[in-house]
Amino acid sequence: MFRNQYDTDVTVWSPEGRLLQVEYAMESVKQGSACVGVRSNTHVVLGALKRSVSELSSHQKKLLEIDDHIGIGIAGLTADARSLAKYMRNECLNHKYVFGAPITPALLMGDLADKHQRTTQTYVRRPFGVGLLVAGIDPQFQTAHLYQTCPSGNMYEFYASAIGARSQSARTYLEKHYESFTEASLDDLIIHALQALVGCVSGDDELTKENGSIAFLGKDQKFTMLEGDALQPYLDRLELKNAEEEKDDDDDEEEKEGDAPQAMET
Amino acid sequence: MSKQRTTQPITTGTSVIGLVYDGGVMIAADTLLSYGSMAKSFNTPRLYNIEDRILLGASGEYSDLQEIVAKVKALALQETTNSMESIYVDRKLPAKSLWNYLRAVMYQKRSKMNPYWNDVVVAGWDDQADKPFLGTVDKLGTTLQENLVATGFGGYLAMPLLREKWRNDLSEGEARALLEDAMKVLFYRDCRASARIQLAKCTSDGCIVSEPYELDHSNGWNAPSMIRAAGDLDGDGGW
Repeated sequence: MFRNQYDTDVTVWSPEGRLLQVEYAMESVKQGSACVGVRSNTHVVLGALKRSVSELSSHQKKLLEIDDHIGIGIAGLTADARSLAKYMRNECLNHKYVFGAPITPALLMGDLADKHQRTTQTYVRRPFGVGLLVAGIDPQFQTAHLYQTCPSGNMYEFYASAIGARSQSARTYLEKHYESFTEASLDDLIIHALQALVGCVSGDDELTKENGSIAFLGKDQKFTMLEGDALQPYLDRLELKNAEEEKDDDDDEEEKEGDAPQAMET
Repeated sequence: MSKQRTTQPITTGTSVIGLVYDGGVMIAADTLLSYGSMAKSFNTPRLYNIEDRILLGASGEYSDLQEIVAKVKALALQETTNSMESIYVDRKLPAKSLWNYLRAVMYQKRSKMNPYWNDVVVAGWDDQADKPFLGTVDKLGTTLQENLVATGFGGYLAMPLLREKWRNDLSEGEARALLEDAMKVLFYRDCRASARIQLAKCTSDGCIVSEPYELDHSNGWNAPSMIRAAGDLDGDGGW
Protein backbone atom coordinates (compact mmCIF):
# COMPACT_ATOMS: atom_id res chain seq x y z
CA MET A 1 0.00 0.00 0.00
CA PHE A 2 2.73 2.45 0.96
CA ARG A 3 5.39 0.76 -1.09
CA ASN A 4 6.79 3.79 -2.85
CA GLN A 5 7.19 6.15 0.09
CA TYR A 6 9.25 3.88 2.35
CA ASP A 7 11.40 2.03 -0.10
CA THR A 8 14.36 4.37 -0.66
CA ASP A 9 16.51 3.42 2.31
CA VAL A 10 17.19 0.00 3.73
CA THR A 11 16.92 1.48 7.22
CA VAL A 12 13.33 2.65 6.77
CA TRP A 13 10.40 0.52 7.87
CA SER A 14 7.16 0.52 5.92
CA PRO A 15 3.96 0.94 7.96
CA GLU A 16 3.25 -2.75 7.46
CA GLY A 17 6.50 -3.56 9.24
CA ARG A 18 8.46 -4.49 6.13
CA LEU A 19 11.91 -3.53 4.90
CA LEU A 20 11.12 -2.92 1.27
CA GLN A 21 14.73 -2.63 0.11
CA VAL A 22 15.37 -6.12 1.42
CA GLU A 23 12.30 -7.41 -0.42
CA TYR A 24 13.45 -5.75 -3.63
CA ALA A 25 16.80 -7.44 -3.19
CA MET A 26 14.96 -10.78 -2.98
CA GLU A 27 13.27 -9.89 -6.29
CA SER A 28 16.73 -9.71 -7.80
CA VAL A 29 17.31 -13.33 -6.77
CA LYS A 30 14.09 -14.35 -8.50
CA GLN A 31 15.36 -12.76 -11.72
CA GLY A 32 18.50 -14.88 -11.81
CA SER A 33 18.43 -18.16 -13.75
CA ALA A 34 17.50 -21.31 -11.88
CA CYS A 35 19.68 -23.16 -9.43
CA VAL A 36 18.70 -26.38 -7.63
CA GLY A 37 20.17 -28.35 -4.76
CA VAL A 38 19.40 -31.87 -3.56
CA ARG A 39 20.95 -33.96 -0.83
CA SER A 40 21.13 -37.54 0.34
CA ASN A 41 22.66 -38.94 3.51
CA THR A 42 26.06 -39.04 1.86
CA HIS A 43 26.11 -36.54 -1.02
CA VAL A 44 24.88 -33.11 -2.04
CA VAL A 45 24.26 -32.20 -5.69
CA LEU A 46 23.90 -28.66 -7.07
CA GLY A 47 22.50 -27.96 -10.51
CA ALA A 48 22.22 -24.74 -12.48
CA LEU A 49 20.95 -23.34 -15.75
CA LYS A 50 23.63 -21.11 -17.18
CA ARG A 51 22.53 -18.02 -19.09
CA SER A 52 24.44 -16.44 -21.92
CA VAL A 53 24.10 -12.81 -22.91
CA SER A 54 24.15 -13.54 -26.62
CA GLU A 55 25.03 -16.37 -28.99
CA LEU A 56 28.57 -15.03 -29.14
CA SER A 57 29.16 -15.01 -25.40
CA SER A 58 29.98 -17.76 -22.95
CA HIS A 59 27.51 -19.08 -20.41
CA GLN A 60 27.70 -17.45 -16.98
CA LYS A 61 29.25 -19.73 -14.36
CA LYS A 62 26.83 -20.42 -11.52
CA LEU A 63 28.45 -23.14 -9.42
CA LEU A 64 31.55 -22.25 -7.44
CA GLU A 65 33.95 -24.25 -5.31
CA ILE A 66 34.57 -22.84 -1.85
CA ASP A 67 36.63 -25.67 -0.35
CA ASP A 68 37.04 -29.41 -0.87
CA HIS A 69 33.94 -29.96 1.20
CA ILE A 70 31.86 -26.84 0.45
CA GLY A 71 30.36 -25.55 -2.81
CA ILE A 72 27.77 -22.95 -3.77
CA GLY A 73 25.21 -22.29 -6.49
CA ILE A 74 24.20 -18.69 -7.12
CA ALA A 75 21.13 -16.83 -8.39
CA GLY A 76 20.98 -13.06 -8.73
CA LEU A 77 23.72 -10.45 -8.94
CA THR A 78 26.80 -12.39 -10.00
CA ALA A 79 29.19 -9.73 -8.73
CA ASP A 80 27.67 -9.92 -5.24
CA ALA A 81 27.96 -13.69 -5.40
CA ARG A 82 31.65 -13.53 -6.25
CA SER A 83 32.25 -11.20 -3.32
CA LEU A 84 30.52 -13.67 -0.98
CA ALA A 85 32.44 -16.58 -2.49
CA LYS A 86 35.70 -14.74 -1.85
CA TYR A 87 34.71 -14.17 1.77
CA MET A 88 33.76 -17.82 2.25
CA ARG A 89 36.98 -19.08 0.66
CA ASN A 90 38.99 -16.79 2.90
CA GLU A 91 37.20 -18.00 6.01
CA CYS A 92 37.82 -21.61 5.00
CA LEU A 93 41.54 -21.05 4.47
CA ASN A 94 41.95 -19.07 7.66
CA HIS A 95 40.22 -21.77 9.64
CA LYS A 96 42.50 -24.40 8.17
CA TYR A 97 45.56 -22.40 9.17
CA VAL A 98 44.44 -21.65 12.71
CA PHE A 99 42.71 -24.94 13.62
CA GLY A 100 44.44 -27.39 11.31
CA ALA A 101 41.07 -28.76 10.19
CA PRO A 102 38.38 -27.93 7.58
CA ILE A 103 35.71 -25.50 8.73
CA THR A 104 32.31 -26.75 9.83
CA PRO A 105 29.76 -25.62 7.21
CA ALA A 106 27.16 -24.85 9.88
CA LEU A 107 29.52 -22.41 11.61
CA LEU A 108 30.41 -20.76 8.30
CA MET A 109 26.71 -20.37 7.50
CA GLY A 110 26.13 -18.69 10.85
CA ASP A 111 28.79 -16.12 10.01
CA LEU A 112 27.39 -15.73 6.49
CA ALA A 113 23.89 -15.07 7.82
CA ASP A 114 25.28 -12.41 10.17
CA LYS A 115 27.14 -10.83 7.24
CA HIS A 116 23.88 -10.59 5.27
CA GLN A 117 21.98 -9.17 8.23
CA ARG A 118 24.55 -6.45 8.82
CA THR A 119 23.80 -4.95 5.43
CA THR A 120 20.13 -4.58 6.35
CA GLN A 121 20.84 -2.48 9.39
CA THR A 122 23.39 0.03 8.07
CA TYR A 123 22.53 3.28 6.41
CA VAL A 124 25.44 3.31 3.98
CA ARG A 125 25.13 -0.22 2.61
CA ARG A 126 22.67 -2.28 0.59
CA PRO A 127 21.59 -5.92 0.93
CA PHE A 128 23.36 -8.55 -1.19
CA GLY A 129 21.33 -9.12 -4.34
CA VAL A 130 22.03 -12.83 -4.55
CA GLY A 131 20.69 -16.06 -3.12
CA LEU A 132 23.06 -18.95 -2.50
CA LEU A 133 22.52 -22.66 -2.27
CA VAL A 134 25.37 -23.92 -0.13
CA ALA A 135 26.34 -27.59 -0.19
CA GLY A 136 28.62 -28.82 2.56
CA ILE A 137 29.92 -31.90 4.34
CA ASP A 138 30.39 -31.63 8.10
CA PRO A 139 33.97 -32.81 8.70
CA GLN A 140 33.34 -33.81 12.31
CA PHE A 141 30.19 -35.88 11.86
CA GLN A 142 30.58 -36.72 8.15
CA THR A 143 27.01 -35.64 7.36
CA ALA A 144 25.73 -33.92 4.20
CA HIS A 145 24.00 -30.54 4.37
CA LEU A 146 22.25 -28.11 2.02
CA TYR A 147 21.64 -24.51 3.08
CA GLN A 148 19.98 -21.55 1.42
CA THR A 149 20.83 -17.91 2.04
CA CYS A 150 18.62 -14.95 1.30
CA PRO A 151 19.37 -11.19 1.07
CA SER A 152 17.39 -10.72 4.29
CA GLY A 153 19.92 -12.74 6.28
CA ASN A 154 17.53 -15.63 6.80
CA MET A 155 19.23 -18.97 6.61
CA TYR A 156 17.56 -22.34 6.37
CA GLU A 157 18.68 -25.90 5.93
CA PHE A 158 16.92 -27.93 3.22
CA TYR A 159 16.49 -31.49 2.02
CA ALA A 160 16.17 -29.97 -1.44
CA SER A 161 15.63 -26.47 -2.81
CA ALA A 162 15.49 -24.36 -5.95
CA ILE A 163 15.93 -20.63 -6.48
CA GLY A 164 15.81 -18.24 -9.45
CA ALA A 165 13.53 -17.79 -12.45
CA ARG A 166 10.80 -20.42 -12.93
CA SER A 167 12.13 -22.35 -9.92
CA GLN A 168 8.60 -23.08 -8.66
CA SER A 169 8.34 -25.92 -11.16
CA ALA A 170 11.58 -27.37 -9.76
CA ARG A 171 10.35 -26.98 -6.19
CA THR A 172 7.12 -28.79 -7.07
CA TYR A 173 9.12 -31.70 -8.48
CA LEU A 174 11.42 -31.75 -5.43
CA GLU A 175 8.53 -31.66 -2.98
CA LYS A 176 7.08 -34.68 -4.72
CA HIS A 177 10.28 -36.74 -4.71
CA TYR A 178 12.49 -35.53 -1.85
CA GLU A 179 11.75 -38.45 0.43
CA SER A 180 13.50 -40.77 -2.00
CA PHE A 181 16.66 -38.65 -1.96
CA THR A 182 18.04 -39.72 1.43
CA GLU A 183 19.05 -43.20 0.28
CA ALA A 184 19.57 -42.36 -3.40
CA SER A 185 22.85 -43.09 -5.14
CA LEU A 186 24.96 -40.21 -6.43
CA ASP A 187 23.96 -40.89 -10.03
CA ASP A 188 20.26 -40.94 -9.17
CA LEU A 189 20.67 -37.70 -7.25
CA ILE A 190 22.24 -36.05 -10.28
CA ILE A 191 19.37 -37.21 -12.47
CA HIS A 192 16.89 -35.78 -9.96
CA ALA A 193 18.70 -32.43 -10.04
CA LEU A 194 18.67 -32.37 -13.83
CA GLN A 195 15.02 -33.39 -13.92
CA ALA A 196 14.15 -30.53 -11.59
CA LEU A 197 16.16 -28.16 -13.77
CA VAL A 198 14.32 -29.20 -16.94
CA GLY A 199 11.16 -27.56 -15.61
CA CYS A 200 12.95 -24.23 -15.21
CA VAL A 201 13.92 -23.85 -18.84
CA SER A 202 12.08 -21.07 -20.66
CA GLY A 203 9.76 -21.66 -23.61
CA ASP A 204 11.44 -23.38 -26.55
CA ASP A 205 14.87 -23.74 -24.94
CA GLU A 206 16.29 -27.05 -23.88
CA LEU A 207 18.60 -28.27 -21.18
CA THR A 208 21.87 -28.97 -22.98
CA LYS A 209 25.48 -29.64 -22.03
CA GLU A 210 26.25 -25.99 -22.80
CA ASN A 211 23.71 -24.37 -20.53
CA GLY A 212 23.46 -27.06 -17.87
CA SER A 213 25.86 -27.45 -15.00
CA ILE A 214 26.17 -29.91 -12.13
CA ALA A 215 28.44 -29.98 -9.10
CA PHE A 216 28.55 -32.57 -6.35
CA LEU A 217 30.39 -33.42 -3.16
CA GLY A 218 30.13 -36.16 -0.60
CA LYS A 219 31.49 -37.87 2.48
CA ASP A 220 34.55 -39.21 0.67
CA GLN A 221 34.14 -37.07 -2.40
CA LYS A 222 35.74 -33.70 -2.97
CA PHE A 223 33.87 -30.95 -4.78
CA THR A 224 33.58 -31.96 -8.45
CA MET A 225 32.06 -30.14 -11.45
CA LEU A 226 30.22 -31.76 -14.35
CA GLU A 227 30.07 -29.50 -17.37
CA GLY A 228 30.11 -29.79 -21.13
CA ASP A 229 30.93 -33.26 -22.42
CA ALA A 230 31.11 -34.69 -18.90
CA LEU A 231 27.45 -33.78 -18.46
CA GLN A 232 26.23 -35.41 -21.69
CA PRO A 233 25.94 -39.02 -20.34
CA TYR A 234 23.62 -37.79 -17.61
CA LEU A 235 21.52 -35.76 -20.04
CA ASP A 236 21.25 -38.87 -22.22
CA ARG A 237 20.16 -40.94 -19.25
CA LEU A 238 17.59 -38.31 -18.37
CA GLU A 239 16.22 -38.31 -21.91
CA LEU A 240 16.02 -42.10 -21.81
CA LYS A 241 14.21 -42.05 -18.50
CA ASN A 242 11.69 -39.47 -19.72
CA ALA A 243 11.13 -41.33 -23.00
CA GLU A 244 10.43 -44.56 -21.09
CA GLU A 245 8.00 -42.81 -18.81
CA GLU A 246 6.23 -41.26 -21.78
CA LYS A 247 6.01 -44.66 -23.42
CA ASP A 248 4.57 -46.13 -20.23
CA ASP A 249 2.00 -43.33 -20.16
CA ASP A 250 1.10 -44.01 -23.82
CA ASP A 251 0.76 -47.73 -23.11
CA ASP A 252 -1.55 -46.97 -20.24
CA GLU A 253 -3.64 -44.79 -22.57
CA GLU A 254 -3.92 -47.59 -25.17
CA GLU A 255 -4.93 -50.11 -22.57
CA LYS A 256 -7.69 -47.85 -21.35
CA GLU A 257 -9.07 -47.53 -24.89
CA GLY A 258 -8.93 -51.28 -25.32
CA ASP A 259 -11.22 -51.77 -22.31
CA ALA A 260 -13.93 -49.54 -23.73
CA PRO A 261 -16.99 -51.57 -24.79
CA GLN A 262 -17.02 -52.51 -28.47
CA ALA A 263 -20.02 -51.48 -30.51
CA MET A 264 -22.21 -54.48 -31.11
CA GLU A 265 -22.93 -55.50 -34.57
CA THR A 266 -26.51 -55.93 -35.44
CA MET B 1 53.43 5.54 27.38
CA SER B 2 56.06 3.08 26.23
CA LYS B 3 55.19 -0.37 24.98
CA GLN B 4 55.80 -3.18 27.41
CA ARG B 5 56.58 -6.77 26.62
CA THR B 6 57.32 -9.99 28.47
CA THR B 7 61.02 -10.35 29.18
CA GLN B 8 61.02 -12.86 32.02
CA PRO B 9 58.52 -14.93 33.96
CA ILE B 10 57.73 -13.72 37.49
CA THR B 11 55.20 -16.05 39.08
CA THR B 12 55.78 -19.55 37.81
CA GLY B 13 54.67 -23.15 37.84
CA THR B 14 57.08 -25.98 37.15
CA SER B 15 56.89 -29.16 35.07
CA VAL B 16 53.80 -30.72 33.53
CA ILE B 17 54.21 -34.33 32.45
CA GLY B 18 51.89 -36.61 30.51
CA LEU B 19 51.52 -39.92 28.74
CA VAL B 20 49.15 -41.86 26.52
CA TYR B 21 47.97 -45.19 27.90
CA ASP B 22 45.65 -47.92 26.69
CA GLY B 23 42.26 -46.19 26.46
CA GLY B 24 43.19 -42.64 27.39
CA VAL B 25 45.70 -39.95 28.20
CA MET B 26 46.90 -38.82 31.62
CA ILE B 27 48.78 -35.70 32.71
CA ALA B 28 50.18 -34.55 36.03
CA ALA B 29 51.55 -31.38 37.58
CA ASP B 30 52.32 -30.16 41.05
CA THR B 31 50.42 -27.29 42.62
CA LEU B 32 53.29 -25.12 43.77
CA LEU B 33 53.33 -21.49 42.63
CA SER B 34 56.83 -20.02 42.84
CA TYR B 35 57.80 -16.37 43.03
CA GLY B 36 61.44 -16.66 42.11
CA SER B 37 62.92 -18.71 44.94
CA MET B 38 59.95 -18.00 47.21
CA ALA B 39 57.27 -20.67 47.49
CA LYS B 40 54.27 -18.36 47.07
CA SER B 41 51.35 -20.77 47.14
CA PHE B 42 51.12 -24.52 47.75
CA ASN B 43 47.67 -25.12 46.35
CA THR B 44 47.42 -23.54 42.88
CA PRO B 45 46.04 -26.04 40.35
CA ARG B 46 47.57 -25.82 36.89
CA LEU B 47 45.48 -28.46 35.11
CA TYR B 48 42.13 -27.53 33.56
CA ASN B 49 39.15 -29.43 32.16
CA ILE B 50 37.76 -27.71 29.05
CA GLU B 51 34.15 -28.64 28.15
CA ASP B 52 34.73 -32.21 29.43
CA ARG B 53 36.66 -32.98 26.27
CA ILE B 54 40.09 -31.37 26.57
CA LEU B 55 42.74 -31.13 29.29
CA LEU B 56 44.96 -28.10 29.40
CA GLY B 57 48.03 -27.57 31.57
CA ALA B 58 51.13 -25.41 31.44
CA SER B 59 54.38 -24.54 33.13
CA GLY B 60 55.91 -21.09 33.14
CA GLU B 61 54.31 -17.72 33.84
CA TYR B 62 51.09 -18.33 35.75
CA SER B 63 49.34 -15.11 34.70
CA ASP B 64 49.85 -16.04 31.05
CA LEU B 65 48.35 -19.45 31.77
CA GLN B 66 45.30 -17.80 33.31
CA GLU B 67 44.93 -15.63 30.21
CA ILE B 68 45.26 -18.62 27.89
CA VAL B 69 42.68 -20.62 29.83
CA ALA B 70 40.18 -17.72 29.77
CA LYS B 71 40.61 -17.42 25.98
CA VAL B 72 40.37 -21.18 25.47
CA LYS B 73 37.22 -21.50 27.59
CA ALA B 74 35.58 -18.73 25.56
CA LEU B 75 36.61 -20.40 22.32
CA ALA B 76 35.28 -23.80 23.40
CA LEU B 77 31.99 -22.23 24.46
CA GLN B 78 31.73 -20.41 21.14
CA GLU B 79 32.15 -23.67 19.24
CA THR B 80 29.27 -25.18 21.16
CA THR B 81 26.88 -22.26 20.95
CA ASN B 82 27.72 -20.17 17.88
CA SER B 83 25.91 -22.17 15.29
CA MET B 84 22.55 -22.65 13.63
CA GLU B 85 22.30 -26.19 14.84
CA SER B 86 23.72 -26.21 18.34
CA ILE B 87 20.53 -27.28 20.04
CA TYR B 88 20.31 -30.43 17.96
CA VAL B 89 23.95 -31.30 17.62
CA ASP B 90 26.44 -32.03 20.38
CA ARG B 91 29.41 -30.20 18.92
CA LYS B 92 32.61 -29.95 20.94
CA LEU B 93 35.93 -28.31 20.10
CA PRO B 94 38.36 -31.12 19.22
CA ALA B 95 41.59 -31.25 21.27
CA LYS B 96 43.71 -31.26 18.13
CA SER B 97 42.01 -28.12 16.84
CA LEU B 98 42.68 -26.36 20.13
CA TRP B 99 46.31 -27.44 19.96
CA ASN B 100 46.59 -25.95 16.48
CA TYR B 101 44.84 -22.79 17.59
CA LEU B 102 47.27 -22.33 20.47
CA ARG B 103 50.13 -22.82 18.04
CA ALA B 104 48.84 -19.93 15.95
CA VAL B 105 48.40 -17.73 19.03
CA MET B 106 51.79 -18.55 20.57
CA TYR B 107 53.60 -18.07 17.28
CA GLN B 108 52.01 -14.72 16.66
CA LYS B 109 52.90 -13.50 20.14
CA ARG B 110 56.49 -14.61 19.77
CA SER B 111 56.73 -12.96 16.38
CA LYS B 112 55.90 -9.68 18.10
CA MET B 113 58.64 -10.40 20.69
CA ASN B 114 55.98 -10.62 23.41
CA PRO B 115 55.34 -14.28 24.10
CA TYR B 116 53.08 -16.05 26.53
CA TRP B 117 55.90 -17.44 28.66
CA ASN B 118 54.50 -20.97 28.88
CA ASP B 119 54.99 -24.54 27.79
CA VAL B 120 51.43 -25.74 27.25
CA VAL B 121 50.24 -29.34 27.30
CA VAL B 122 47.01 -30.16 25.42
CA ALA B 123 45.40 -33.56 25.91
CA GLY B 124 42.09 -35.07 24.90
CA TRP B 125 40.24 -37.77 23.04
CA ASP B 126 40.39 -37.60 19.23
CA ASP B 127 36.87 -38.69 18.21
CA GLN B 128 37.64 -38.90 14.51
CA ALA B 129 40.71 -41.11 14.91
CA ASP B 130 39.17 -42.80 17.98
CA LYS B 131 42.33 -42.57 20.01
CA PRO B 132 43.88 -40.36 22.69
CA PHE B 133 45.56 -37.11 21.74
CA LEU B 134 48.56 -35.60 23.53
CA GLY B 135 50.56 -32.61 22.35
CA THR B 136 52.58 -29.60 23.47
CA VAL B 137 52.96 -25.99 22.34
CA ASP B 138 55.86 -23.92 23.64
CA LYS B 139 56.38 -20.18 23.96
CA LEU B 140 57.90 -20.04 20.46
CA GLY B 141 54.92 -21.75 18.87
CA THR B 142 56.68 -25.10 18.42
CA THR B 143 54.26 -28.03 18.41
CA LEU B 144 54.89 -31.66 19.22
CA GLN B 145 52.45 -34.54 19.23
CA GLU B 146 53.82 -37.42 21.27
CA ASN B 147 52.96 -40.38 23.50
CA LEU B 148 55.13 -38.92 26.27
CA VAL B 149 55.48 -35.24 27.12
CA ALA B 150 57.21 -33.23 29.81
CA THR B 151 57.76 -29.51 30.15
CA GLY B 152 60.43 -27.61 32.02
CA PHE B 153 62.60 -29.65 34.36
CA GLY B 154 60.43 -32.64 33.61
CA GLY B 155 62.17 -32.84 30.25
CA TYR B 156 65.49 -33.56 31.98
CA LEU B 157 64.44 -35.49 35.07
CA ALA B 158 61.15 -37.24 34.25
CA MET B 159 61.48 -38.02 30.53
CA PRO B 160 64.27 -40.59 30.87
CA LEU B 161 62.21 -42.44 33.49
CA LEU B 162 59.02 -42.26 31.41
CA ARG B 163 60.82 -43.46 28.29
CA GLU B 164 62.26 -46.39 30.21
CA LYS B 165 58.99 -47.58 31.66
CA TRP B 166 56.42 -46.63 28.99
CA ARG B 167 54.55 -49.19 26.88
CA ASN B 168 51.67 -48.47 24.57
CA ASP B 169 49.41 -50.93 26.43
CA LEU B 170 49.78 -49.46 29.90
CA SER B 171 46.67 -49.81 32.04
CA GLU B 172 45.24 -46.79 33.82
CA GLY B 173 46.67 -47.94 37.14
CA GLU B 174 50.13 -48.46 35.64
CA ALA B 175 49.99 -45.06 33.96
CA ARG B 176 49.10 -43.40 37.23
CA ALA B 177 51.85 -45.22 39.11
CA LEU B 178 54.42 -44.21 36.50
CA LEU B 179 53.38 -40.54 36.59
CA GLU B 180 53.38 -40.45 40.40
CA ASP B 181 56.82 -42.00 40.44
CA ALA B 182 58.09 -39.35 38.04
CA MET B 183 56.46 -36.58 40.07
CA LYS B 184 58.17 -37.88 43.19
CA VAL B 185 61.54 -37.73 41.48
CA LEU B 186 60.75 -34.20 40.36
CA PHE B 187 59.92 -33.24 43.93
CA TYR B 188 63.28 -34.60 45.10
CA ARG B 189 65.42 -32.97 42.44
CA ASP B 190 63.57 -29.88 41.16
CA CYS B 191 63.89 -27.16 43.77
CA ARG B 192 60.82 -25.37 42.44
CA ALA B 193 58.61 -28.44 42.82
CA SER B 194 56.40 -29.73 45.61
CA ALA B 195 54.96 -33.10 46.64
CA ARG B 196 51.39 -31.81 46.36
CA ILE B 197 50.23 -32.85 42.91
CA GLN B 198 47.21 -33.03 40.61
CA LEU B 199 46.40 -35.78 38.15
CA ALA B 200 44.05 -35.51 35.17
CA LYS B 201 42.87 -38.09 32.68
CA CYS B 202 40.83 -38.09 29.50
CA THR B 203 39.13 -41.06 27.87
CA SER B 204 36.41 -41.45 25.25
CA ASP B 205 33.92 -40.92 28.09
CA GLY B 206 35.21 -37.51 29.10
CA CYS B 207 37.73 -35.77 31.30
CA ILE B 208 38.45 -35.75 35.03
CA VAL B 209 40.84 -33.51 36.92
CA SER B 210 41.66 -34.72 40.42
CA GLU B 211 41.76 -32.59 43.51
CA PRO B 212 45.31 -31.83 44.67
CA TYR B 213 46.79 -34.48 46.95
CA GLU B 214 50.08 -35.05 48.70
CA LEU B 215 52.56 -37.67 47.47
CA ASP B 216 53.97 -39.89 50.17
CA HIS B 217 57.56 -38.79 50.50
CA SER B 218 57.99 -39.85 54.12
CA ASN B 219 60.65 -42.33 53.12
CA GLY B 220 62.43 -40.00 50.78
CA TRP B 221 65.23 -38.94 53.02
CA ASN B 222 65.99 -42.57 53.77
CA ALA B 223 66.93 -43.32 50.21
CA PRO B 224 70.46 -44.66 49.91
CA SER B 225 71.66 -41.77 47.81
CA MET B 226 70.42 -39.36 50.46
CA ILE B 227 72.11 -41.14 53.39
CA ARG B 228 75.50 -42.09 52.08
CA ALA B 229 78.10 -39.37 52.51
CA ALA B 230 78.99 -38.59 48.96
CA GLY B 231 82.62 -37.84 49.70
CA ASP B 232 83.30 -41.43 50.82
CA LEU B 233 85.21 -43.69 48.55
CA ASP B 234 82.22 -46.00 48.10
CA GLY B 235 80.00 -43.01 47.31
CA ASP B 236 79.86 -41.37 43.93
CA GLY B 237 82.42 -38.76 44.97
CA GLY B 238 80.03 -35.92 44.33
CA TRP B 239 78.50 -33.44 46.75
